Amino acid sequence: MSMAEATARVPVEKTYKMYIGGKFPRTESGRYFPLEDQKGAVIANICRGSRKDFRNAVVAARSAFAGWSAATAYLRGQILYRIAEMLEGRHDQFTAELVLQGVGKRKAKKEVDASVDRLIYYAGWSDKYQQVFSSVNPVNSSHFNFSVLEPTGVVSMLAPDDSGLLGLISNVAPAMVGGNTCVVLASESMPLCAISFAEVLHAADVPAGVVNILTGFHEELTTQFASHMDVNAIIYCDGDVDVAKSVQIEAAENMKRVISRVDTKWAEESAQSPYFVQDTQETKTTWHPIGG
Amino acid sequence: MKSQANKLAFNDGWHYAPAPESTDHIRIDEKYDLFIGGEFVAPEEGRYFETINPATEDTLSSVALATETDIDRAVKAARKAYNGPWSKMKASERGKYIFRIARMLQERAREFATIETLDGGKPIRESRDIDIPLAAAHFFYYAGWADKLAYAFPGRNVRAVGVAAQIIPWNFPLLMASWKIAPALACGNTVVLKPAETTPLTAMKLAELIQDAGLPPGVVNIVTGAGETGATMVNHPDVDKIAFTGSTSVGRIIQKSLAGTNKKYTLELGGKAANLIFEDAAIDQAVEGIVNGIFYNQGHVCCAGSRLLVQESVADEVIEKLRERMETLIVGDPMDKNTDIGAINSAEQLETIQSYLKIGQDEGAEMYQSSCDVPRRGYWCRPTIFTGVSQSNRIVQEEIFGPVLAIQTFRTLEEGLTKANNTPYGLSGGVWTDKGAKIFKVTQGIRAGVIWANTFNKFDPTSPFGGYKESGVGREGGLHGLGAYVKMAT
Repeated sequence: MSMAEATARVPVEKTYKMYIGGKFPRTESGRYFPLEDQKGAVIANICRGSRKDFRNAVVAARSAFAGWSAATAYLRGQILYRIAEMLEGRHDQFTAELVLQGVGKRKAKKEVDASVDRLIYYAGWSDKYQQVFSSVNPVNSSHFNFSVLEPTGVVSMLAPDDSGLLGLISNVAPAMVGGNTCVVLASESMPLCAISFAEVLHAADVPAGVVNILTGFHEELTTQFASHMDVNAIIYCDGDVDVAKSVQIEAAENMKRVISRVDTKWAEESAQSPYFVQDTQETKTTWHPIGG
Repeated sequence: MKSQANKLAFNDGWHYAPAPESTDHIRIDEKYDLFIGGEFVAPEEGRYFETINPATEDTLSSVALATETDIDRAVKAARKAYNGPWSKMKASERGKYIFRIARMLQERAREFATIETLDGGKPIRESRDIDIPLAAAHFFYYAGWADKLAYAFPGRNVRAVGVAAQIIPWNFPLLMASWKIAPALACGNTVVLKPAETTPLTAMKLAELIQDAGLPPGVVNIVTGAGETGATMVNHPDVDKIAFTGSTSVGRIIQKSLAGTNKKYTLELGGKAANLIFEDAAIDQAVEGIVNGIFYNQGHVCCAGSRLLVQESVADEVIEKLRERMETLIVGDPMDKNTDIGAINSAEQLETIQSYLKIGQDEGAEMYQSSCDVPRRGYWCRPTIFTGVSQSNRIVQEEIFGPVLAIQTFRTLEEGLTKANNTPYGLSGGVWTDKGAKIFKVTQGIRAGVIWANTFNKFDPTSPFGGYKESGVGREGGLHGLGAYVKMAT
């Protein structure tokens, strides 16, 4: 052993765990899969989440729904903005993680930039989409009648595989700003940023259970995400027609809203709009008599 | 009933002279062919089925049974009209055709109301005052949208979807046809519509009207048949959009069969609405609201207030008043203008309702029915309430689609909301209270698409309608109803 080796500091590596109900548990199944770099060296052992993990996450998301959907638009906007602040502060870490997973340095930096900007974009929508999409309806009788948006409920999301951070945020942010709670299955080939992003959420005062992030095999868990009877909507971003078909068949069991975001170009402006918020909203119409 | 002495005993000394709507002004043909490509054409296999008057069991007419070849013909006609005149026409001109339908419906309102009641069994008062005027209003409302769509979708350009296959139920036959056809045409689509097999006649009369209105052939095609015909429409490869109103079980089958296709869909399905009565409500008004909520249209209403949740402190009073009010309801000839509750739509539906009456009693609930006489022929169900039911009872959880009310009580607002939301459905709900702040708390807390506060079962073309949870996907009516019939581009 040389002197240099004797005094060199050994870096501390992170254990990548999942994020359920505001806590960072390992998978209850005890299973893992190794994430390797291009040379085949192990970067990290990733939790291979199970059906049971997913069910636990849905329970957490359902429990969080009442509080989060009742939070004011102003508060939700500020929390999204806070997430952006936290992410900006850890810019280098996320860039490095993307690079570690095979993304070029410049592209990685741009992805983190875009991720922060996307959060700001949706933070700004929090108290505006309602004004754009709601209506007062001039009914032909003596009633005051209006329609407003309310969150659909618990949303399960199969995050896009090719965009480990931006793709995830582009799906989570519009659902979340609209008052939904969600359970996300991270990109299988690039799961690192999803878990680090969970730490950002945790530090940004996002209430426990509002966003739950699992890692694991999409092929194994897609059916669970689509079939769970206490999930109100499912978003999927990858897969061929067979995947789409199986998601829709499973989702029909409790009439889930099925939202396909296949072929979305996550880095482009077209991947953000208030219509992404509207995808996981329900229109509620209320009638009040006008009388003395 | 302890206070009987002070009440008007409607069933003893009071008699209403019959006030029947006349039928000499209407024409129902012996049989109806399919309306395809602007013409009435015989079905390929030459088969017809009868449609009867559920109040008399007399046959009214025969209608064509459309099979796969017929559906294919109808879709081709719709596609041709879409590629041809309809998508090339100026939007403002398209709108004028829809306005014209509205006006002609208004002109022929009495005829349509009479036929609607004969074919479906609903009281003439309802088809005359609600169904037909609302159907006309729907066409009038959406006609005006045709050339204004750019204002409905900020930041987006929209275009028509293409050919829409539309399948409608038997509870509001013409009204549902207007809910489907009007927005579809306004957005530039062409349609193939199938009315329910027990109530095809007003749709066929609408076909005649559309022919008279001079719409380009194939813009609206109307085909008749039962479930199999509907399934053929859903599965036709050249259909771009499915709009279905009906049961959740059929909606589920449709959603599954659309899996893997790019067809757009809206599903307006079942419900089990809670109607919450608080102790500070105007009780007499609330009782009227309960009656309107569950007995309107024989309870054949997906958004019916079929669960009464009444605050414990006023439960006895409300139930007693409800029973007294039920005694005054006239069940019988739908053509009589005095009638409150008409005929059950079909023998099959009557059987379903009766099976639930048995289920309710077997589950231990106490059943009460009004004591009125019902005609010997036809399909009838007396207004019915169940007390002593619990949340898990099937008559609380499942849609009955008849004049059957399940009554539960609650103590606190939170308990009321929890019970209200504890079914797989989320179509509608109601609240009765004199406190403004409480209204907003409850209307926000009910997870359903339409909420009535101190009123119930009101509808309007400008007012979006549709469900949360297993009550369906998408909205019909109002600005929001346009979304179902357009494709968005940036």
